[in-house]
Amino acid sequence: MKRFKTTKGMIGIVLLSLIALIAIFGPMVIPPDAATAMDMRARRAPPSLTHLFGTDQLGRDLLFRVILGTRTSLEIAVSAVLMSVVLGLPLGLISGYFGRWIDNVLMRFVDTLLAFPALLLALTISAVLGPNIQNTIIAIGVAFTPYLARIIRGEALRVAQMPYVEAARSSGTTDAMIMWRHVLPNILPAVIVQATISLAFAILAEAGLSFLGLGTQPPAASWGLMIQASRDQLDIAPWTAVVPGLAVALTVLGLNMFGDVLRDILDPRSK
Amino acid sequence: MKDIVSVDHLRVEFATDGGPVVGVEDVSFTIAPGETLCVVGESGSGKSVTSLSLMRLVEFGGGTITAGRLNFERADGTMLDVAAAPAQVMGAVRGHEIGMIFQEPMTALNPVFTIERQLTDGLILHKGLTQEAASARALELLQSVRIPEPERRLKQYPHELSGGMRQRVVIAMAMACDPKLLIADEPTTALDVTIQAEILALINRLKRENGMAVLFITHDMAVVAQMADRVVVMYRGRIVETGTVNQIFENPKEDYTKALLAAVPKLGEMKGKPAPEKMRLIGDEAARAAAAPVKARVPEVLLQVKNLTTRFPVKGGILRRTVAQVHAVEDVSFTLNVGETLALVGESGCGKSSCGRSILRLIEPTSGEVWIGGRDIGALNRADLRRARADMQMVFQDPFASLNPYRRLKDQVAEPIQNFGLATGAALEALVLQLFDRVRLPRDFMNRYPHELSGGQRQRVAIARALAVNPKLIVADEAVSALDVSVQAQVLNLMMELQEDLGLSYLFISHDMAVVERVAHHVGVMYLGRIVEIGPRSAVFDSPRHPYTQSLLSAVPIADPRQRRFAEDLAFKPITSPIFPLGHQPAPSTYTEVTPGHFVLSL
Repeated sequence: MKRFKTTKGMIGIVLLSLIALIAIFGPMVIPPDAATAMDMRARRAPPSLTHLFGTDQLGRDLLFRVILGTRTSLEIAVSAVLMSVVLGLPLGLISGYFGRWIDNVLMRFVDTLLAFPALLLALTISAVLGPNIQNTIIAIGVAFTPYLARIIRGEALRVAQMPYVEAARSSGTTDAMIMWRHVLPNILPAVIVQATISLAFAILAEAGLSFLGLGTQPPAASWGLMIQASRDQLDIAPWTAVVPGLAVALTVLGLNMFGDVLRDILDPRSK
Repeated sequence: MKDIVSVDHLRVEFATDGGPVVGVEDVSFTIAPGETLCVVGESGSGKSVTSLSLMRLVEFGGGTITAGRLNFERADGTMLDVAAAPAQVMGAVRGHEIGMIFQEPMTALNPVFTIERQLTDGLILHKGLTQEAASARALELLQSVRIPEPERRLKQYPHELSGGMRQRVVIAMAMACDPKLLIADEPTTALDVTIQAEILALINRLKRENGMAVLFITHDMAVVAQMADRVVVMYRGRIVETGTVNQIFENPKEDYTKALLAAVPKLGEMKGKPAPEKMRLIGDEAARAAAAPVKARVPEVLLQVKNLTTRFPVKGGILRRTVAQVHAVEDVSFTLNVGETLALVGESGCGKSSCGRSILRLIEPTSGEVWIGGRDIGALNRADLRRARADMQMVFQDPFASLNPYRRLKDQVAEPIQNFGLATGAALEALVLQLFDRVRLPRDFMNRYPHELSGGQRQRVAIARALAVNPKLIVADEAVSALDVSVQAQVLNLMMELQEDLGLSYLFISHDMAVVERVAHHVGVMYLGRIVEIGPRSAVFDSPRHPYTQSLLSAVPIADPRQRRFAEDLAFKPITSPIFPLGHQPAPSTYTEVTPGHFVLSL
């Protein structure tokens, strides 16, 4: 636990706990309807004492909307990335460890998915399934799977050629046990790094879907939806982009720092 | 004669997160023109840091020279303190007045430039030669390092040359500007023994012809005995002992030097002894008491290999079809008795590792039979093969890569036992404890991770893991090659002790003839996938019959300065390629029995 006591670890933990608290308790704390109440006289009001972060094009308070959006954005991003790990990990692991025809079959499937841009893929899935939160999660999760599978496969391929894997095989360890005991722990650092990066992209992917009307449905709020809405008014009301943008940036920063520290903690060499 | 180099109380520190760490301290020595000074030490002794300081290259690795003088006599006769010299002056000295040869001949050459370009760059920069003059000089240099077909080599890229030729090019580059001092940092460690002999002979000749001083860094006492005029022995960043080569080898003063020399197997010292013998290590009472010969038991066959052949496909073309085959193991047959050691020796690419892996079916052999204890390993299905693996275990070369960095040592040693369901719970714990005792590792290591151990300790863990399921056969693939010499001796003694106590059979795969002479009952010499000569150790070493065995034995450096062998230029026959077109059927191996049990491949 000593590792957490580095500056990096502390910043990461503080940021993430703050964001988690906001996501869990934020919607209960803010006055009901505060985030959706429109005030047409105060449209695009700059930050002031009445509206700390300013208001958007419909005069809704940005502070409350960001707080309300935290839960939606994180719920979608975290679930989607978890889903892509759950799908991509076995795919990449089996592909990289066994190689040969298994690798060929699985990777051609992954290549097919990779041939479509992730957002386009998510768009299609979302359009077919219909717009709601679960389907948005599924769409982003599936769209991100091939990237994760590719990276995991590469790592698994590298680890599968290590002498300790050959040593395990020569002492009668079964393939399943080799993957579980020897390959998985050694590819975990790469998975953690890729997952933290994916989280940032998932937040933005949700924004893209929302923009096209397939993600979060107004009047509900999400960071991505807010960033997309600010697009037309960047010149006259820049705060409408800066506020949710900052929320995304801080989350990603916190995740990356936490991910780095987590990776170090899991590595016995760094103790 | 005036010294060309005098190093005076050198101290180098490295900045780390935990404050400065001393790399070398209080190092002083001198080198006279025409003299070879060998700096010898085990890993971490600071020998490379010393040589890099002399080039002021140590700064690029994060080191700082914090004290001492490094005087070097320049070409114009003035003395230069390298430790205080400005960067431009060092730029003119490096590669011009001091030449350097590195360990790895592949990475020392830039893969995207031709040999000519790499050789002429320095000449144009330092000597101001024109392109034509530089090219002419480059050709001269290649001729002086005796590369075959030098004109053609100039236009080639590094990957088109063999390892030995590349190292000759690196030497030619170092010699390009007629340096007064040549620094050679482990120049032959990555090379095969015959190529090593050629390179050592070449360095000797160039030194003689040009009157250069040579600073030779190595970990290998046998190379020191062959090359040095004077020797500096280093240990943990300090000089232990300095003296002429004869003094150091015949009358060492310091305990560390004595221990180091005791650990070096000397080719030829087993002459006339019928069985392997443990090394007499200083301070290792257990080994001294039990230095008795390791006796062979009543012959009882454990492993029988019949006509084993392994080929790897070479894929090519757009469709990745097999276009040729590497004949890694070609019609190999031998037997190994219970409680005995058969060593397979040969140079890199001779198929000795592939042979060991084919026997364990870690790679699938193309044809042939492998019988262990009356069971045909080749005929087993997957499940039976897994069970059969309890009888045959393997110890790998690299003790850093053969242990999983993420698992506790006790779990790694316990794994084979769990695999075969031999014990659980407290019984398992007790068994693992016993194994740690058996390989003489402290019990508190059980809960540690591999990175906390030294190379020798890790190799003990690997041996404990191999012993866990009471195997009959252990395939040791270069199991001691990556270890420092004193550690190597301890691990070898441990292996011999285990053989004596448990009746283990070893298939000992190695390139090191001196080690093999020490441990083996029988020796098989491999060349291009075949065993060219096999027989009792004494027969193969004392009266080698096959020309390849003879040249191999003549190339091994002997750890005795009175038996120098590399004065004249040497040229061994280069090893030909083991790649053959599809469908190529080589002739079967036929042997002549020269004396009972001693077989030589018919030419």
